[in-house]
Amino acid sequence: MDFLNPVINGFAVVLEPMNLLYCLIGVVIGMLIGVLPGLGPAATIAILLPLTYNVEPVTAIIMLAGIFYGAQYGGTITSVLLRLPGEASSVVTVFDGYQMAKQGRAGTALGLASIGSFIGGTASIIGLTFLAPIVASFALDFGPAEYTALALLGILLVATISSGSKTKALIAAALGLLLATVGRDIFTGENRFTFGSLELADGIDFVPIAMGIFGLGEIMYNLEERHRAAKAPSAVANVWPSRGDLKQASGAIGRGSVLGFFLGILPGGGATIASMASYAMEKKRAKQPERFGKGAPEGVAGPETANNAAATSSFIPLLTLGIPANATMALMFGALLIQGVTPGPQLVEQDPGLFWGVVNSMYIGNILLLIMSLPLVGIFVKILRVRAAILAPITALITLLGAYTINNSMFDVTLVVVFGIVGYLMKKFGFEPGPLVLAFVLGSLLESSLRRALLVFGGDPLGFFGRPISATLLIVFVLVAALPGIRSALAKRKATVPARTAATEIKEKV
Amino acid sequence: MIPVQAATPVSGGGDSSNAASSAGNGTHDLPGTDVDDLTPEQLAAQWEEEKPPAAGALANVGSSLVVIGVGVGAVVLSIAMGLGTPSAPQPGLWPFMISCVMVALGLFQLIMGRHNRDAEKFTRMSTAPLTGLVTLAAMVALMPLSGFEVPALVLCIIWMRFLGGETWRSTLVVSAVVVAAFYGIFVTALNTSIPHLF
Repeated sequence: MDFLNPVINGFAVVLEPMNLLYCLIGVVIGMLIGVLPGLGPAATIAILLPLTYNVEPVTAIIMLAGIFYGAQYGGTITSVLLRLPGEASSVVTVFDGYQMAKQGRAGTALGLASIGSFIGGTASIIGLTFLAPIVASFALDFGPAEYTALALLGILLVATISSGSKTKALIAAALGLLLATVGRDIFTGENRFTFGSLELADGIDFVPIAMGIFGLGEIMYNLEERHRAAKAPSAVANVWPSRGDLKQASGAIGRGSVLGFFLGILPGGGATIASMASYAMEKKRAKQPERFGKGAPEGVAGPETANNAAATSSFIPLLTLGIPANATMALMFGALLIQGVTPGPQLVEQDPGLFWGVVNSMYIGNILLLIMSLPLVGIFVKILRVRAAILAPITALITLLGAYTINNSMFDVTLVVVFGIVGYLMKKFGFEPGPLVLAFVLGSLLESSLRRALLVFGGDPLGFFGRPISATLLIVFVLVAALPGIRSALAKRKATVPARTAATEIKEKV
Repeated sequence: MIPVQAATPVSGGGDSSNAASSAGNGTHDLPGTDVDDLTPEQLAAQWEEEKPPAAGALANVGSSLVVIGVGVGAVVLSIAMGLGTPSAPQPGLWPFMISCVMVALGLFQLIMGRHNRDAEKFTRMSTAPLTGLVTLAAMVALMPLSGFEVPALVLCIIWMRFLGGETWRSTLVVSAVVVAAFYGIFVTALNTSIPHLF
């Protein structure tokens, strides 16, 4: 069993006390920000990026990953108890979860959601364990042409699948690519867009951009007070679902695991879309669809399972291809680059400790989260009483002081504030910040791959169509680019499913 | 050019009474119990209504022009850097390609996005982020001169008391605790070189 050796060694990495500690810190922070409406996982990860400078790469990613999937657990609690989704991926849980709470079955809803999340997450890790090395070995043959096509397709998919205007998302992506060109040209060494500034000659760091656009931009946007106040929640009784409830929800959990796993792998997919798709599927499959919206346990179990499965499986494209599938993964990508690790197909072979350490830490993280969300749920419910007015200045100060510690320079702090303004205005004018950050991290990879590929092809762009994989990817690119036109034509004829359209109105929170 | 945009609040065709009613200390009252029985569709519609009013066509024109402006500027600078040929590219070729795409997208948005409702209007609530921004900028300016403690304390007080509507008592107590905690973490424990007074 040669294949399993590195997997088992990965457990040894996880069980190092430092890694266990950071895993715990990560999932607790994730759970907290999931419970608190306001900051989403991407904003939190962005703000906490300076924390990862002084630790091992594997430890850093274990913590950041914990924040990400921990938030999926935490978001459920507010959805069920207060009808306020803590995270965008828990929006659909509100529909049936809150009704169950009203019927005095809040505990059952939370219990089912945690158990579903645990099963979905675990199933997804197992899928990841077997699928990731295969994808990575397939991608080892990728040359610059394939990477160009893959990066282009990834950016396009993230931009088109994001909620809101597609054109604006693409504009944001273009701006991200442009920002990535600031600094010295890697091929000729000439300065680009530096305007004579020495500080800009090395290029703009990823961390100030992420902290500003995701972190500070989000904090300023939230200052406009768009969160309904949290009412002190009713006490949560027994969180252990009965055998009958479990039996009723088991189908939804199973389907949610599979659906979430596959939707998570797709670029632009991820937890939010997976939960919505699962809700729509459960409603469609149910013998009595009218029960949905009135406290159907499947309506809680399915989406909550799916969002966790998707959160986990979205690591596959990042760790095997080096292409982040969504904005949060773009942050992970950035965090790895800071640590001097380039995610890509070689990662499994060259750095198995890191790869399997991160993957296996998710088992531990999910177990910790299951403990926190079943017996300890009462503690997190109490945290709901912390008011947003008190949290906002604390997060703002963490951001500013954290930015200073990156290079001990005020220049980074200034950059964070500038990008905070940009991020706030982007959200205000309906531009998604996610595609910008994603395009920014992929920018230099895209440019160098494109220029290398063109060198190979002797400057002939048609060369991309001479290689089967890059040709296929580019054809998919063209199809996706043309899709909105086709879809809007179709939508005029066909009435859309109400629950889905309604749910997609809620903007993705980052 | 972007801050200019912020300084000119966009006035769309909508009503401002909606926004004014949600101003105040920011704690919306939860609607009565009668909304508890809403279907998912009605609930989503209600959320939609509670969103800030959408900005009008002017916001779209403004943001599109900013995009086009940035794009055109980048095109000019890229050409100045030299384009070269695809087989022997100069530094400007790749930025040139992106900025052309950006200009094209900006023009498309200018024309096709007229009826989009995804931008939010600047309302009286928008003074809160503006105040927040001023305090952040002041903190960045003052930190190297006076250390982080006093600006941080002032920032906390303004954000909690005036932006968040906390009581004076909780504002002062929490602010003091927060600054002390940050001092403890960043100066005493982590020993970072953050400018500090004491």
